[in-house]
Amino acid sequence: MKASIFAAGLLAATTAVAQAQTLTVYAPDYFTSEWGPGPTIEAEFEKVCGCDLDFVPGDLLPRIMLEGQNTRADIVIGLNTDVTAKARSTGLFAEHGQDNSLLELPIEWTDNTFLPFDWAYVSFVYDATKIDTTPTSFEELRSMPVDQKIVIQDPRSSISGLALVLWVKAVYGDEAEAFWADLAPRILTVTKGWSEAYGLFTDGEAPMVLSYNTSPAYHIAFEDDVTKKASIFSEGHYGFFELVAKTATTDNPELADQFMTFVLSDAFQSAIPMTNFSYPSAQPSSEWPEVFASLPAPDKALFFSEDEAEAVRAEAIEEWRRALSQ
Amino acid sequence: MASRVIAITSAGLVTALVAIPLFAVFSRAGGIATLGAGDWLAFRFTVWQAALSAFLSCVFAIPAARALHRQRFRGREALITLLGAPFILPVIVAILGLLAVFGREGMLSQVLMLVGLPRIQVYGLQGILLAHVFFNLPLAIRLILQGWQEVPAERFRLAAQLGLGSRAMFRVVEGPLLKKALPGAFLVIFVVCLSSFAVALTLGGGPRATTVELAIYQAFRFDFDIGKAATLAVVQLVFVGFAAAILLRLVGTPASDVGLGRAQVVFQKQTWARMLLDFGVIAFVAAFLMLPIASIVFSGVFELTSLPPSVFRAAGHSLTVALVSTGLCIAFAIPLATFRLGQMVSLFGFALSPLVLGTGLFLLIQPYANPFDLALVVTCVTNALMALPFAVRAIGPAYSQINADYARTADMLSLDGWARWRWLYLPRLRRPIGFSAGLAAALSMGDLGVIVLFADPDRATLPLQMYRLMSAYQMDAASGAALLLLALSLGLFWIFDQGGRRGFGA
Repeated sequence: MKASIFAAGLLAATTAVAQAQTLTVYAPDYFTSEWGPGPTIEAEFEKVCGCDLDFVPGDLLPRIMLEGQNTRADIVIGLNTDVTAKARSTGLFAEHGQDNSLLELPIEWTDNTFLPFDWAYVSFVYDATKIDTTPTSFEELRSMPVDQKIVIQDPRSSISGLALVLWVKAVYGDEAEAFWADLAPRILTVTKGWSEAYGLFTDGEAPMVLSYNTSPAYHIAFEDDVTKKASIFSEGHYGFFELVAKTATTDNPELADQFMTFVLSDAFQSAIPMTNFSYPSAQPSSEWPEVFASLPAPDKALFFSEDEAEAVRAEAIEEWRRALSQ
Repeated sequence: MASRVIAITSAGLVTALVAIPLFAVFSRAGGIATLGAGDWLAFRFTVWQAALSAFLSCVFAIPAARALHRQRFRGREALITLLGAPFILPVIVAILGLLAVFGREGMLSQVLMLVGLPRIQVYGLQGILLAHVFFNLPLAIRLILQGWQEVPAERFRLAAQLGLGSRAMFRVVEGPLLKKALPGAFLVIFVVCLSSFAVALTLGGGPRATTVELAIYQAFRFDFDIGKAATLAVVQLVFVGFAAAILLRLVGTPASDVGLGRAQVVFQKQTWARMLLDFGVIAFVAAFLMLPIASIVFSGVFELTSLPPSVFRAAGHSLTVALVSTGLCIAFAIPLATFRLGQMVSLFGFALSPLVLGTGLFLLIQPYANPFDLALVVTCVTNALMALPFAVRAIGPAYSQINADYARTADMLSLDGWARWRWLYLPRLRRPIGFSAGLAAALSMGDLGVIVLFADPDRATLPLQMYRLMSAYQMDAASGAALLLLALSLGLFWIFDQGGRRGFGA
């Protein structure tokens, strides 16, 4: 059995050499899975590139940091704005070479290395059948009935948990810790990652969970369930952008450039909403699927640039930890 | 002596498998890191909750193991197998199952509210302990029950003939067997709970329940401070080493306690009070362990038929990994179980954080090969390492007892080398080996361990596929995959465990 796997690996390796070109794309696990955008994107890109797109799933940042200059990646897709400072400091990434003005984002995008391919607003999602008063602001959230519980993710282990802490910091600044102290009794628990929290929410353990304003689209589109809704806060919502970048070490620069251009094309952008349950980054809302276009969204986007995020991150997490440890 | 060479070689190999990757991480990081006050706080909390969890698991396991030993009833075998289920559940599935029963909106809270009582407040230290006892009570029961089973049948008969009462029975028979089984059981459970992260955080209700493993994860994922991750891992490792040195010494060397190896029959007089107590304990433990499992079964069973084919392919990959890991695990476990240092060494693979182990292996492999091509091989080896302490715990005490009982006779017969294993050890170790193999197989079915760095793009394992379903909002399908995983793990466990018991009156 093992021998045959090994043999298959050898065979695959030799055929890959024989073929024209392979574009190696590192991506998070959810992205490459058969339910994520990966398969559609692979098929669409291979139609136009005459190449083989090879997704390699896994944990992005630790892996490129470990590999350094030896990385096999031509493209890294799925990084998030709150951790790119670290990625950028490796000097592993090249300029994306795309026109940032093609982007349709709620904020102005000036980064020439990391290119957003999708986005959403970090939001609290609630079950309308189980909640009496829907908070419409952080101020209402911190004073809502104590037995109306929320599940959030830990900013030390989860990227969405980190986004929440930065969001609160963006709204409250020096008052963030006081906010967390008020919210603490309403937080049922804190989970390692998004999946645990969302599982608790769909199991009915808590009526409210930290997620994205685009999450309800899944329930509407695939379950005909309109009772899962996102609370829209008047203070504005933190933007969550997922990014793609080209490595400087790629031995396929033309192919990598072609992929970066492809990211902003309709074939890629149209694959995003219904597989990743987020907004595409370079399509106006008029071109989104109906269910996304009709989702409630905030008027105002809040956002920390990568340097700002890096500067406040440790302090914001520490305030969160102190207030919730009381 | 050949078996001595094999034993020392195995210990050396396992030590190298832990030490070399660790060294690779340190040399890449450029040395050890200094730990802050927060890290030491996390460390203190981790040790505290692990010790409490291990203590409680052992305390509850004693009456349960005794009841299961004293009472024979229809379905006892099946119950013993089923009771093992919590131990082999993937963490995320176990959390959801536990909370479906003990959570704020769980079954129990609903019942309490019906009769006008307040809900259960599960989140906090009590929640962590509840969860850890839920996971580890089955293991404690099995390890202690095995202690009972190693007592020669003649001894129980003699005790019955002498009409020993409960207290005398405890002093003469049960006390000594517990002294032999408990330190080891406490130790492995303590080590399991040290590495708790997702469970401790979720059931603990938030950052009050920050464990060392979370700090390692944070250092690795966000700060990419692998020096700090490795330093934390080493502190944890050193602590496990100390705990092991103390606890394994407590076990001592068994005295000769030889019997005819007859099947055990219950000789103790059955009184109503005793039966009531025993069946009460069994019913309580079964309800505690089985209700969450039932809720997992219930939420997954209607999804089984609609699972996509890829989930079944993933199940196939997981089965292959599980079988290979099991073989490796047992091959290492038998020689390591034969000496105390080996028993200590066996803990290190589990006690080293999988993230740090994975990082080290990645650094070692990366210059020579594409780590992703070796994903399944690495998964097999690390899974075998992870299951090693449990196998050694199950085999070790049985091996010492055989030596205490028969070594002299075997020496007189010049029964050496392979013949000694063939005729003396292996037949008598069959039950613990079967149990260990079952545990190793089941554990590697569910383990995600090093997969974050070694995900094979084309050959996903079942737990990975389950997580992918969850990330894609398909929580219902994920429950189906979880149930499939549970069924396969339990099935493998049952097959090996039964294989070990055949021919013995268990």
